[in-house]
Order: sequence, then C-alpha cells, then structure tokens
Amino acid sequence: MKQLIKDPLNIIVSGVGGQGNVMVSLVIGNALVNEGYFVTIGETYGASQRGGSVMSHVKISAVKQYGPLIAKGQADIILGMEPVETLRMLKQFGNDSVKTIVNPRPIHAIDLAGTGYPDLSNVLEKVAGLSFKCYTVNATEEAQKMGNPILANMILIGALLKTGLLPLDETSLEKVIREMFPGAVELNTSALKRGMELVQIEN
Amino acid sequence: MAVIDLNAPGENRLFIGNEAIARGALEAGIGWASAYPGTPSSEVIGSLAEVAKEQKIYVEWSVNEKVALEAAAAASYAGIRALAAMKMAGLNVAQDFLASLVLTGIGKKGLVLMVGDDPEAHSSSEEMDSRGIARVFDIPLLEPGDFQEAKDMMKWAFELSEELGTVVMLRSVTRIAHARGNVRLGDLPQIEQRAIFENVYNPMSPSPTAYMPVPSPLRHAFQHLKLDKARSKYEGSPFNRYSGPEKPDLLLITCGSGWLYSQDAVSTLGLEKRVGILKLGTLWPLPEKLVQSCLQKTNRVLFIEEIDPFLEGAIMEFSSSLSPERRTGIFYGKHTRHINSFGELTPDSVINAIVSILDIKYEPITAEYINKLESIPKNFVIERMLTFCPGCPHRASYWAMKTALRMDGRDGFITGDIGCYSMGLGPAGFFQNRTQHSMGGGAGVANGFGQLWRFGFNQPVMAVCGDSTFFHAAIPALINGVHNKANFILVVLDNSATAMTGFQPHPASDLTAMGEDATPVSIEVVCEAIGAQVEICDPFDLKSTIYKLLKLLEQNNGVRVAIMRRTCELVRGRREAHPFKVRLIAEKCIGEECGCNRLCTRVFRCPALVWDPAKGKTMIDEVICTECGVCADICPEGAIVKETVI
Repeated sequence: MKQLIKDPLNIIVSGVGGQGNVMVSLVIGNALVNEGYFVTIGETYGASQRGGSVMSHVKISAVKQYGPLIAKGQADIILGMEPVETLRMLKQFGNDSVKTIVNPRPIHAIDLAGTGYPDLSNVLEKVAGLSFKCYTVNATEEAQKMGNPILANMILIGALLKTGLLPLDETSLEKVIREMFPGAVELNTSALKRGMELVQIEN
Repeated sequence: MAVIDLNAPGENRLFIGNEAIARGALEAGIGWASAYPGTPSSEVIGSLAEVAKEQKIYVEWSVNEKVALEAAAAASYAGIRALAAMKMAGLNVAQDFLASLVLTGIGKKGLVLMVGDDPEAHSSSEEMDSRGIARVFDIPLLEPGDFQEAKDMMKWAFELSEELGTVVMLRSVTRIAHARGNVRLGDLPQIEQRAIFENVYNPMSPSPTAYMPVPSPLRHAFQHLKLDKARSKYEGSPFNRYSGPEKPDLLLITCGSGWLYSQDAVSTLGLEKRVGILKLGTLWPLPEKLVQSCLQKTNRVLFIEEIDPFLEGAIMEFSSSLSPERRTGIFYGKHTRHINSFGELTPDSVINAIVSILDIKYEPITAEYINKLESIPKNFVIERMLTFCPGCPHRASYWAMKTALRMDGRDGFITGDIGCYSMGLGPAGFFQNRTQHSMGGGAGVANGFGQLWRFGFNQPVMAVCGDSTFFHAAIPALINGVHNKANFILVVLDNSATAMTGFQPHPASDLTAMGEDATPVSIEVVCEAIGAQVEICDPFDLKSTIYKLLKLLEQNNGVRVAIMRRTCELVRGRREAHPFKVRLIAEKCIGEECGCNRLCTRVFRCPALVWDPAKGKTMIDEVICTECGVCADICPEGAIVKETVI
C-alpha cells in the first residue's frame, strides 16, 4: 500500500444533481478499497438529486474507518464538476493548502432570488484564488467531443489521478472500470486517459 | 447498487450502510424481506431484490409498510427468518400492527424490523426519531455505529429475536444508511428453507400456537421479562464499548453516526488522553451496569446522538435512580444546548460542543484565509432551488393544473402529497401546493375541503398523489370522498415509477421486485369501481390536459379523478430516445421586448432553459435538455419548435 500524502486524506466531489457525483466518488472509493485502504463516503441523496447542489465527502485512511463528513475548512482536495459548486465547497471546506480540480462548464440554476448565474470568469478566478493549486479541466467539452457529456466524470477522475494526489495508478482505476462498467470499458478507459492528458504537472 | 451476495468471506467491499444491512440479513439466512420504499431505507430491500433468485429468498415491494410488516410476521410464524424495512414515516403506518405484534410474539424464526431515520429531513417531511417508538412499545433496539457493524448487527439481531421470541428493531440513520464504508464479508449460509405453520391450538399451553395479543396485561408482563433478558445480554455485547483514558475529563456517550463524529472530533482536537467515548450499539433496554461503570469514571458527560435526547434522557433518568454519591456531576447535551435538538449532527457541531465544555481553542483555518472567503460576493454562490428534472412530466402537469385553476377563476388550490411532486410547493410546481403532510394526505385533506360548501366554501380543490402513493394510502380517502359525496378532484401523477426513492415497482407495474411477472392493478379501474369519474390525460399534451381539467372543475360536485400519465423521464431516458427534436429559433425570441415577460425562464423554469443576459434571449442547454417539447407549447412567439422524430 502506498503512503497517503496525509491521513486521513479528505476529498470533496461537488456538482449538481444528475451530473454523476455519486458515481465519481464510488469509482475512486472502490479503487482505494481494492488497494486495502479504509474509505468512508458521505453523500447527499434523495430530494437534493433534483437539480440541487450535491457533494460527496470521501475520507481515506490507511489506519481506520473515519466518519462520513468532513469538518469545515478541512478539505485536502476538491474535485469540482461545476464552477459555482466548486466555489461553494471552497467557501465551506477550503484552507491554505487545498488543491482544486474544476470543470469550468456551468449548470444554470433555478435560483429563488432570480439573480441568475454569476459571471463565469469571476467565479473561476475566485476558485483559483482560494486554492493552493487549481487545475482547470474542460471535462464536459472534451466529453461532448467523445460523444457523451457523462464521460466528463471519468475525465475528471483521470485528471485527479494525474495530479498524483491519490495513492492510485492507472491499472487500479482500469480494474474498477472493468468491474463497474463491463459494457463500456473502452469508452471509460479512453475518457480516463483523456483526463490524464489534460493535466500538466510541473516539476 | 453493489452486488451483495459475493461468496468471498474475508474480502473487503465498499458498501453503503443499507447494503451492509442487507448483506447481514443474507448472512443470517433470511428467507423473507418486504418493504415499502422510503429514503433512507430503500436500498436494503433493493439490493436484496437483485440477488433474490440466486439466494432463493422472497423479496417484495409491498403496497405499504403495514402490509410489509404483517406479511413478514407471517413468514416468521411459519419458521422463516424475515426482515421488514421502512423509513421512520412508514413506521407510523405500520405501528397499529406493530403494537399487537409485540404482544403476540414471533414464530420460531427471527423477525427484524429495520427502520431508517432521516435526521435533517434530507428526503423527508419531518425528523422523527423512531427510537422513541421502540421504548414506547417495549421493543429491543439496536443501532449500528459503522458499516461493518451494520452488517454484523443485522445478523445478530436475528439471533436475539429468536432467543427472546420478540420482534427486534434495528435503527439506522441517513449518515450510516447512505454513507459508504469498508465491510469485511462473512459466510453465506446454505439453508434449505421450509415453511410450515404449526396448526395446533392449545390455550392452556404457555405458548399456544395462536398469535394473539390477549390477555394483554399478561403478555405485556411477558414482554417486560423479555426486555430484562435483553438487558442482561446487552451488558457483555461487543457492540457496546468504552475507549479512552481510565479517568477522562469528559465522557462522550454516543451511538450510531454520533460515534464516528465523536472519534473524529477527539482525534482532530488531539484529546485522546482527556476524553473517553462510551459507544452504545444496544440502545433499549439500557445496559445499566455498563453505563453505571462508565459514569463512575468521570464527573462530566456529553451526549452525542442524532435527533432526540434518547440516551440522554434514559441515562439521566437512570443516574437519578442511583444513590447521591454515585451520581455523575454534570450532564451536557441537548438539554444544555451544547448539541442541537433538531437537524443532524455534523463533525463541527460535535467539535464545537467539546471545545465549549473543555474551554479550548479550535481554529481550522487561518485569519488570512477567512479574509479571502469574506471577499467572495454573496451572489457568486447562488442557492439552487430543488426542481423537477428536465423533461419531468410533473412540471407539465403542474403547469396544466395551475393554468386550469386560474382560468376557472374561483381561487382554487392544490393539496399536496409525498413524492417528487412535493416540490409543487416551490418554484418547480409554480408554488401551487397549499397543504403537504403525509402519504395520501392530500386526498384526505381534500375530503374536508370538499364538504365545506355547507359553510359557504366555494373554492375548487385538487388533491395530488403519485401512482405508488395512490395504492399506498390514497384509496381509503378516495372511497371516503365518493361515499360521502365530497367535492374535489384527485389528480394522480402517474409516472409509472416510485421515482423519488429509485424507481421501485408498485401495484400497477408488470414486474415484481424480483423481476417476475406481476398482475398490474389498473388505477382507473380501481377509481371507477369505487364510483369516481376518471379522465386520463397526457401532460405533454398541455392543451387537451388543461381542457379536461377545466371540464372537471366545471362539474363542481362529487369526486373526479384525473390521471396524468407519462413515464418518469429518468426511466424513459434509460430505455428510449428523446420524444421530439426541440430547437430554438433565435431570431424569433425577442426577450424582454416580448410581452411574455420571459415566461419560459422566469415562470416555467425548466433547468434546460437558460436566460442569456448578454444576448437578451433564451437558449437551450443541450447537455441536459431531454426534448420533451413542453416549452414549445408555452412560448407565445413560437420561438421554440418541437418536431416529431421519425
């Protein structure tokens, strides 16, 4: 088992109901459990699926089973599937050392105030400003090129893998893809690889 | 859902709490599992249904929770280990039977009632703590503190149930039931199940094979003896444990998800040498000796538990029965407001309670970072209102109901119900629901309004319910209305799915939980047989639906039923292509200049319709649009076009 960069390692996956939040955390979680780690995932379920903000809290440890939620200001990694949702998570769980991966494709909101979606470039600027390191990954755009916007999820997982923040390699993710998506192994594997290509790591 | 019947003892799997509970039931060798779906309990039966044939067990989505429990009791009476599962709201439906079941006892094989509570009411109408019901009804009560325990405890619950001869309740909360964690698999037993009811009645025998609650006082006394036995078994249970220093400055007493937060808080604050944790898994009756031995370790106790002060009340009550020198000094918890008595526990609420009692500092982020956070303009983090999915037939149905009620002009309104369409009280349903309570509650409340004409009431009332809800609880209200000549319209939002909880089949479906052929029960045939007039509408055909509703409103007497029939978009989307080709003719949309006042993005508000302030026009988000074409009928300028797919 590889050493974790921190124990527990706290990851938040955020997005909008219907985007595939649960699936993303499950893919990562299954891969980690296969490698022998303790993983606890807390999710938003039920009514929040219907167009609301959703988040999954993923706590990874080599030693013990942690609780299902991350305390305020304690995220190590935020995997944001949507810009405003990424900012929402940084606001609650961000800190000086948080690393962020953000998909810049907005999902517009049914907001009660009716103010509409904020200026995207301003939101992305704040996301970067609140992150120790921020990777912008055009996951939806790339997924649409590949034929299905839902592949954005696997592209984002590929991007996270490439950052080296998880104690996982491509082989362990490919194994989970074969287990979880037996009918779409090639498509998901190529999305994973596409995601890895989209992140440049400076030495 | 994960495959829960993997025959690989010792292997680790990532399971949600509900899957772990289901696995535990399999390891216990159940033969029967029945439930009505309800968040956060549905995946217990859902994951068992998926492996039912392979494991040779019977799994049923019952019409409601009461029938689910009644049927499970029969399995126990005939010698089959049986599980009934429900959410706390469903427990209320099952309670009438449950009260007697406690007195009748169970058969030779165990009967476990699994209840999912929903602190914070994430997907519920209320925050009910079902532990109180276990105490009121004298039912042995267990609650798992993590995922491994969820499995192991369910297995043990059956042994306990058989040994005591009573139904046992296993309570879980959303943050265990719907969270995921590691579970090490145990053995799956290979049992040939054989059911037989011992049909010999001897009233003089201490256990006559007739399951009746009489003589009630005597059976009530028996149940108390069973609880005494449970208490002594609990004292040495591995599900209860103390961890921490011999003489802690503060003792946390906790259960369920509170245990996980308590451990996290103690390690986050680095208080392992000052704070002890007593975690209880067997909650009722209280394991008094164990509790007393832990109370004696310290002078300060903080209770950490979801929803009601259940342990807090019971342990303070127990402590007050001790002689003064053995009583604990100070109890903290909900009664001292260190922990909220509403909403769910969070890691922060537990940390803050400890920090405040021990008077220590906790600063998770730097002042500099706080400054950065404060610089984010408020309107950058917009609040997303819950809404119907793009292409949801309910949005069209609500549009039709709202339009018909306005055109009718008598200030009519909707009595709401439980399901996705509960969102009818918000922007998704154009703020139309005026009452909202329980399953079938809309139809019941409409019965009252429908009789008030004799007091001068003349507003039309539409009650809504879903197709699954119709069978669960609306039928008695419909019968009541027809028989008493109440004046209301029941609108059945029939999307052919129990959509809110994950598309489980219901009595109108042609398949059972196990995927076997079912006899579909027709909603319209039931309504007509009761004596109600029925109109069937396609909500995507707005014009004809509004016309039919207006005709029903005009009638103004008796019970009329409108069935809005369109498959749930999430179900249809899995099987079929989009129903239409929908596109926007940009030059036809004249935005604010149009007299429509942005009808599509301001009022209709499908998430796939987006107002582009830069262009001053509406646009369609092709990533989420399902091309239902309803907006094409709403746009007065004809800027949105729907074309039939050939």
